[in-house]
Amino acid sequence: MSYALQDTGTMLRRNLRHAQRYPGLSLGALGMPVIMILLFGLIFGDTFSNGLGGGGGRGDYINFLTPGILLMSIASGTMSPAVAVCMDMTEGIVARFRTMAIFRPAVLTGHVLGNVILTIVSLCLVVGFAVLIGFRPNASVGEWLLAAGLLIAVTVALTWFAIALGLTSKTPESASNIVLPISLLLPFLSNTFIPLDAMPSGIRWFAEYQPFTPIIDTLRHLLLGTPMDNGDGWLALAWCLAIAIVGYFWAQKNYNKGTVA
Amino acid sequence: MSAAIDVIGLRKSYDEKLVLDGIDLNVAEGTIFSLLGPNGAGKTTAVQILSTLVTADAGEIRVAGHDLHRNPEAVRAAIGVTGQFSAVDGLMTGRENLILMADLYHLGKQQARRRADELLEQFDLIEAGKKLAMTYSGGMKRRLDLAMTLVGRPQIIFLDEPTTGLDPRSRHSMWTMIRELVAGGVTVLLTTQYLDEADQLADRIAVLDHGRLVAQGTPEELKRLAPGGHIRLRFTSPDAFSLAGQVLPTAVPNRESLVLQVPNDGSVHALRYLLARIDDASLEVDELTVHTPDLDDVFFAVTGQPTEKVAAK
Repeated sequence: MSYALQDTGTMLRRNLRHAQRYPGLSLGALGMPVIMILLFGLIFGDTFSNGLGGGGGRGDYINFLTPGILLMSIASGTMSPAVAVCMDMTEGIVARFRTMAIFRPAVLTGHVLGNVILTIVSLCLVVGFAVLIGFRPNASVGEWLLAAGLLIAVTVALTWFAIALGLTSKTPESASNIVLPISLLLPFLSNTFIPLDAMPSGIRWFAEYQPFTPIIDTLRHLLLGTPMDNGDGWLALAWCLAIAIVGYFWAQKNYNKGTVA
Repeated sequence: MSAAIDVIGLRKSYDEKLVLDGIDLNVAEGTIFSLLGPNGAGKTTAVQILSTLVTADAGEIRVAGHDLHRNPEAVRAAIGVTGQFSAVDGLMTGRENLILMADLYHLGKQQARRRADELLEQFDLIEAGKKLAMTYSGGMKRRLDLAMTLVGRPQIIFLDEPTTGLDPRSRHSMWTMIRELVAGGVTVLLTTQYLDEADQLADRIAVLDHGRLVAQGTPEELKRLAPGGHIRLRFTSPDAFSLAGQVLPTAVPNRESLVLQVPNDGSVHALRYLLARIDDASLEVDELTVHTPDLDDVFFAVTGQPTEKVAAK
């Protein structure tokens, strides 16, 4: 079983080298959330802050916005591993890996770990830019660590799920489309940009019960000390666990489809 | 000699389409065995099954002494596969590709590098080793692909159409490499649709057609199956061509290319007789070639169809 770690490490190195040689995908994943935080924080911030009430102005809105944008960075970052696994599967190299005596989940786990590393960089960038434009969290070190842990858990869970989706796709183009519900729909139809009260009732119902909302709430609670309106931290963790388990087993099943496991 | 690959009753269908219809194979250690057949005969599926990539529907399969269903990992540890489609990582250099393989065989850092450099030299890729594999030509990719297969020194190597799409020079250098492998004690199972390739390389050949083995034996044995050879007569003028058709009624004509195929065993006696008849009729023959039976004839003899026709379907 020590080979499990060794093989996964080998695959991780391969994926990091890909990110370095073909930086288009990863740079897009890094740049998009930064643009979002600047766009919504600086340009729409004054107007949107009216919807929050309390009269705190742009600073308040940036505080409200940042946890959601962190989650959005994770979500939009799932596109590149989905496309990357799909590209892998369409090329002969994975067929080669599957005829070799290597730790079976290593290929996919390498993609997940590679994306976790990339996403951590992306999250640090977003926090950095958010602080620059007025994000003022009041979290203790412990709360920061919990928030970081939750963000990583979400990243692992969503990446496994996106990889499972990428494996069902025949072409890299369809892989990038099939993850759109995760990377676009869930972040927008949640309390990322506006509070749930401000939404029309149908969308509000969806936003209330979808996984991103309790996760964003938990992050706001940890970073800013806001009250928990929709569920609690345990619900957020339960969502992560459920998505991770479904994603992991679905991905393994797709990867081993038709082969002698 | 013990068997490197032993297959009894292998079957596989995709949905309704039967791809392999009960195949038996026995490949002796240290030999080259060729699965020969046109496109769509089931060669690639057979290799995919024997290399653990695809599950069979039925059949007993032992590879390197291990039962493939019960112990696929032991089979994987013993084999190397170079598929029809390039299995190199385009975003890595040739050397990095080889080191990646060495890492997956757990060779250790020092030895991984040494093995990579050794193979780069052996496959004439020292300069190219520093460049990304996506920039390689077809022949270079194929060489790197084979080199990657050899990193872990497999006992059994599957080569699925290793020379398809290569230029003649790359093809011959690939043949030389394959011969060298077997000289080193490795067993090779090779699929090909080129009859001369099987004839050149293989100790034994199995002819696969529509998922069935229609013939099996040494190249010599298979050639003996073919019903003699023929003599090709090419004409320049249509008149001479049609006159020759009347003089030689047993010949098979091809009007478009003005070629007659006259059944003939190629003996001096038969040849002299044919030439005498050509002289008697004062036929203007542009070109005469003696065609001794080869694997094309074998394929025709055992399947009733010329290979080109099947391949064109």
